[in-house]
Amino acid sequence: MATHAPVTDSVVNSAPRRLVLEVLHDWVTTVDHKKIGLMYIGYALIFLVIAGFEALLMRVQLSIPNNHFVSPQVFNQLFTMHGTTMVFFVGMPVLFGFGNYLIPLMIGARDMAFPRLNAFSFWIASFGGLLLYFSYLGGSGLYGAGSAPDVGWFAYAPLTAHVFSPGHSTDYWTLAILLSGIGSIGTALNIVTTIICMRCPGMKLNRMPLLVWLYLVMSCLVFVTVSPLTAAQIMLMLDRYLGSHFFDTQAGGSAVLWMHFFWIFGHPEVYVLILPSFAFANEIIPVYSRKAIFGYPAMVAASVGIGFISLSVWAHHMFTVGMGAGANTFFTLATMIISVPTGIKIFNWLATLWGGKIHFTASMMFAVGFLFQFLIAGLTGIMLSVAPFDWQLSASYFVVAHFHYVLVGAILFILFAAFYYWYPKMTGRLLSEKLGKWHFWIFLIGFHLTFDFMHIPGLEGMPRRIYTYEADRGWMMWNMIVSSGAIFQTIGTLLFVYNMVWSFIKGPIAGPDPWDAWTLEWSTTSPPPHYNFAIIPTVESRRPLWDLKHPDDPDSHYE
Amino acid sequence: MSEVAVIPQNTKSAWVLPSRGIVGMACLIVAEAAIFLIFIVAYLYYIGKSLAGPTPHDVLDLPIFTSICLLSSSLTVHLAVSALHHGRRSLCSLWLAATVLLGSIFLAGTAHEWYQLIYRDGLTIRTNLFGTTFYSLVGLHATHVVVGLIMLSLALFFSLTGSMTSKDTGRLEVLSLYWHFVDAVWVVVFTVVYVLGR
Amino acid sequence: MASQIWSGLASQVGSGLTSTSTSIFAPKGTPAHSIFSISMLVLSITTVIFLVVGGLLLYALLRFRHRRNDANAAQEPPQIYGSNQIELSWTVIPILIVVMLFLATARVILSTQNAPKPADALDVTVIGHQFWWEYRYPKLGIVTANELHIPVSDPKHPTPTYLTMSSADTDHSFWVPRLAGKTDLIPNRVNTMWLDPETAGLYLGQCAQYCGTQHAKMLIRVYADSQADFAAWIVRQQQPAVESSSAIEGQNVFQHTACISCHTVAGTIATGRFGPDLTHVASRDTIASGSVPNTSANLRSFIDNPANFKPGSLMPAMHLNDHDLDAVTAYLATLK
Repeated sequence: MATHAPVTDSVVNSAPRRLVLEVLHDWVTTVDHKKIGLMYIGYALIFLVIAGFEALLMRVQLSIPNNHFVSPQVFNQLFTMHGTTMVFFVGMPVLFGFGNYLIPLMIGARDMAFPRLNAFSFWIASFGGLLLYFSYLGGSGLYGAGSAPDVGWFAYAPLTAHVFSPGHSTDYWTLAILLSGIGSIGTALNIVTTIICMRCPGMKLNRMPLLVWLYLVMSCLVFVTVSPLTAAQIMLMLDRYLGSHFFDTQAGGSAVLWMHFFWIFGHPEVYVLILPSFAFANEIIPVYSRKAIFGYPAMVAASVGIGFISLSVWAHHMFTVGMGAGANTFFTLATMIISVPTGIKIFNWLATLWGGKIHFTASMMFAVGFLFQFLIAGLTGIMLSVAPFDWQLSASYFVVAHFHYVLVGAILFILFAAFYYWYPKMTGRLLSEKLGKWHFWIFLIGFHLTFDFMHIPGLEGMPRRIYTYEADRGWMMWNMIVSSGAIFQTIGTLLFVYNMVWSFIKGPIAGPDPWDAWTLEWSTTSPPPHYNFAIIPTVESRRPLWDLKHPDDPDSHYE
Repeated sequence: MSEVAVIPQNTKSAWVLPSRGIVGMACLIVAEAAIFLIFIVAYLYYIGKSLAGPTPHDVLDLPIFTSICLLSSSLTVHLAVSALHHGRRSLCSLWLAATVLLGSIFLAGTAHEWYQLIYRDGLTIRTNLFGTTFYSLVGLHATHVVVGLIMLSLALFFSLTGSMTSKDTGRLEVLSLYWHFVDAVWVVVFTVVYVLGR
Repeated sequence: MASQIWSGLASQVGSGLTSTSTSIFAPKGTPAHSIFSISMLVLSITTVIFLVVGGLLLYALLRFRHRRNDANAAQEPPQIYGSNQIELSWTVIPILIVVMLFLATARVILSTQNAPKPADALDVTVIGHQFWWEYRYPKLGIVTANELHIPVSDPKHPTPTYLTMSSADTDHSFWVPRLAGKTDLIPNRVNTMWLDPETAGLYLGQCAQYCGTQHAKMLIRVYADSQADFAAWIVRQQQPAVESSSAIEGQNVFQHTACISCHTVAGTIATGRFGPDLTHVASRDTIASGSVPNTSANLRSFIDNPANFKPGSLMPAMHLNDHDLDAVTAYLATLK
């Protein structure tokens, strides 16, 4: 790592201390992409802690058979809230937060294309999150008692009909998701427009950092996936408020139609979440390997390919609804094919590592964890794509383990890597490496205890979403191990939160470019000024700072 | 600040990127198209699946006149944009007024149709699957017409007060894109509801 | 708490291949067997991929780690931007693997879903309810609940059971891992699946699609009977309900409370369809959809308040006095 003298003048704020109210007003009314990005991230972290706590309660309940720690009603609310929160109010906002913060900086722009739309999208999405949790107070309406939604995060019809879900908790659920969807579409629109219209001179499409490319693909995917979900939520609201019959099976409506609509959103949504994770890996792995990314055009092509193929795989969530042999065969093939571009990505990361000089910082360790765990998650994904195998595994704990391997093992790990990598840019101070490594190892142990062993009860016939299970099935030992891992993950996460708070106050000053990196965000101060760049930069290659640091051997000669 | 890398500036060639308004509107149109697509799929899926009457064949009339009005408003809004582009503001106001009028006729036609369906034929959104899908799809489109009309009326207001000049052509063009989209959706809705579904 | 843990662990050890196991790796029927073989194929392919790719990753991480005391530690490694040949090779090889795996999968899909139905197959209609299973044998005139009896199928003379499945309320899923994969029961839709247990015995499973509060206690018990046992079971089930003079008092209570608006006892005025058919309830091993053994104490407790075993069950607490409760319990115990 190149050593920099601490750049104190970029961090020290000589302005007089302002009132809390002034600071608050500043944040609430801001349209600055960096502040909105940070608010997205902070908001997501709060919900991460809440939804993580819900998971912890579920693991206590499931650690032994016939447990009475929580009632079935509460358990059903817990898994519904955990899933909904993690997908819509943790995953989406945290990724949008990083995108908001980084994209203008990486393409040499001073802000997003539509700053006010950006603020609107954030606030409407956060209002959705508040509505979801308000159901704990208002879910039963005038009856007073709280009742959170308990229909599962994919809320299969007709469980959401008034007959089976009285009260207002499901209304809060659908409204919350509708609002979050509007916010997501707004932000995605903003990201696409920013990337297309706000690039600095010389930043041709084939010179954009891969992170920017992946956010472009992800945002385009949001248009065609979140919109169908929004449409389906409108239908559900019409059903619940105006008495229409879209998903009312007693009036000829179809439960399967909801499944199709939901998974047309739901599966590409996985890619909406994983593409930004690839994006972080594409920036972090090359910098710590000290090598340019291997096969940039192939990486772009694979990402676009994943985007397109992901639109044709949704019904692999529906192998058990009796689709007929033809449809099952088609969706098996489509699902298997998506493993090809995904494999290309893994191989390219491998080739990037190959011949490099790998620095094992906390960030890189999390990125390495991401690589291995994503590999395993991909392989269990191939198992699930085999429709007959899925007839056994679908809706079992194997599936739960599989998608947590993706969401925690891959996405959360690379998110942690992204925090260690960009935290210095955002705050001007480095996170503690020592605490970071403790965080990594403890979280890694907890992750593998929980999610490796969670596959096994699934193979032994344990379905998901059961609040308790029979003692004679032989699932208990596995569930105990799974639950014990949750403790390690909790400790790891607390360490991380502590590290963030401590480093914000006491962390070493980072300087503009602590990792000796190559993309434009490292060419400005940490944290960047309101206007990002004093002079709008001009770029000649994919790694402008490499060109600057190696004038004798610039990238532009090779592209 | 000496650490901050200074990136050389390139002043050799012009660096032109697409307009934000057009790209943003294109994104919005893609997202909206996906929403409409889902409602259309639901409509097609439920054709003939209602458990009770009335059926589309019994109660739906072809709204040909109002459809012609809506489609021709695409032309008038285009003429308004090109008038503004050439700096002919009063002509622009005239064409905008025509667009608003044609759009309003369409909306009045829908209102009349719904009134008839509800009070003459007793078809509401609760009646059967046809009512459910019909009111939601046509209603979703009508909502977009209403939004478009509000925006166009604002443009007309600014045009009349003289605060919209040829510099704002780009903005009016973005609005006209939205309006073209609303018209194009109507072609699909018309085909699905009044041709295939009847 | 401690005793719960120990009894749980004890059954853990004992359940390796006992009758309470629900492992998909202990198949006892044709669909489960064919899934088992394809799953072994997939598992071996993915294991090989994991070892190769994971091994290369590990090697790269160790071999190319930054060494501080290296002579040119400060120097950047040679920059390599990519190679089309290599990209092509790691595109083509996965495609070949996918094609192979896909063909093997397609064969299993077709052989399971499009299997020809033998003439002497048994038909059973399965209807999912919140939170229990209704089984109807249309050709035999039998209606029962929660405990499905089917004949063992001899490969030489296959007598598979074809299930025609739907739901009365929300979505459910029928999953008995050792016999076959799962199939959903969806209102307004009819699905089918088939079972052909190769050995007699009890096969357990449970609802696998979240269906409401008591999804967890919607257990499945499939009794695979030998041909002779199955024939005897049919004869017993086809009888009308036992009329026993000793339980006449309980029968009166039963028939004069809300019981009969939900439950059927064949041959009496009780013809409700909302709850399980009780004509031969005493012949079943469990109550409350497999939640607890069918003992008179459990039965009494369940009638008193179903929430004792299944909070969220749709059956209301009957608020009978002790005397009536005993009488009804005694009556139901006679319905062999």
